[in-house]
Amino acid sequence: MDISNTESIPGKRIVEFYGVVSGNTVRAKHIGRDIMAGLKNIVGGELAGYTELLQDSRNEATQRMMDQARSMGANAVVNVRFATSSIAQGAAELFAYGTAVRVE
Amino acid sequence: MDSDTLEIISVWLNYGFPVLLILLAYFIGTIIEKRHFRNIRAREKINREYPVVSLDTMPEDWNATASTLVTGSVVISLDYFKRVIAGLRAIVGGRIKTYEPLLERARREAVLRMTESARRQGYDAIFNVRLETSRLANSRGDGNGTAGVEMLAFGTAVRRDSRFAPVADRI
Repeated sequence: MDISNTESIPGKRIVEFYGVVSGNTVRAKHIGRDIMAGLKNIVGGELAGYTELLQDSRNEATQRMMDQARSMGANAVVNVRFATSSIAQGAAELFAYGTAVRVE
Repeated sequence: MDSDTLEIISVWLNYGFPVLLILLAYFIGTIIEKRHFRNIRAREKINREYPVVSLDTMPEDWNATASTLVTGSVVISLDYFKRVIAGLRAIVGGRIKTYEPLLERARREAVLRMTESARRQGYDAIFNVRLETSRLANSRGDGNGTAGVEMLAFGTAVRRDSRFAPVADRI
């Protein structure tokens, strides 16, 4: 399955549109990670636990979006966008959306 | 224990400890930041020739054989000292200089991670690069609480068939 954030798949032609597909996931942070992050927070720098957590969540949201596109009969998702929102204390929503298309 | 000793201990706990924490955060935070910038510059040098552009169209003579979405992200936090300074700065307003290097290094790091991921997968260039910032954790005005910022870089990685246009095109 092809996926891109440009308006088409490079080197291919869009033959059919299926509409917008999206996938989301809401994740809460882990208490162990949070304690580590709290310590790291004093001296600054990368919070590796959070980076990993968000990357995993984003992959899951993307996967859900692609599953939805696949179930519609599409073979590619173009113009993919990401959004992150902090919905509650310690929880974040990762959201991915794009246009499901058939390419040749 | 007489009351003088207790007084000294309580003063130390109330004022000494936060000051110590601020100093510790300042020194270690500065070292971490300098080291990170050095690391970023070294990796940027390696990737200098690799095309990473925000254009959404490819050059005409590129024959793309494969493409995919690549992402790179980093969650970064400011040290305690700088958060306190920024908190003070917020009273009078104006430019908060301590935050600028934080966002800059996070952004450069995210772009580098995206580039490295595309290279690892054998792609030749990245098009339509977009950058997104989101504040993740809550940070309170007094300098406590996590002040994590997430930087996300994403784009479309493209593999081309060869460095030159097909022979038929050149004749």
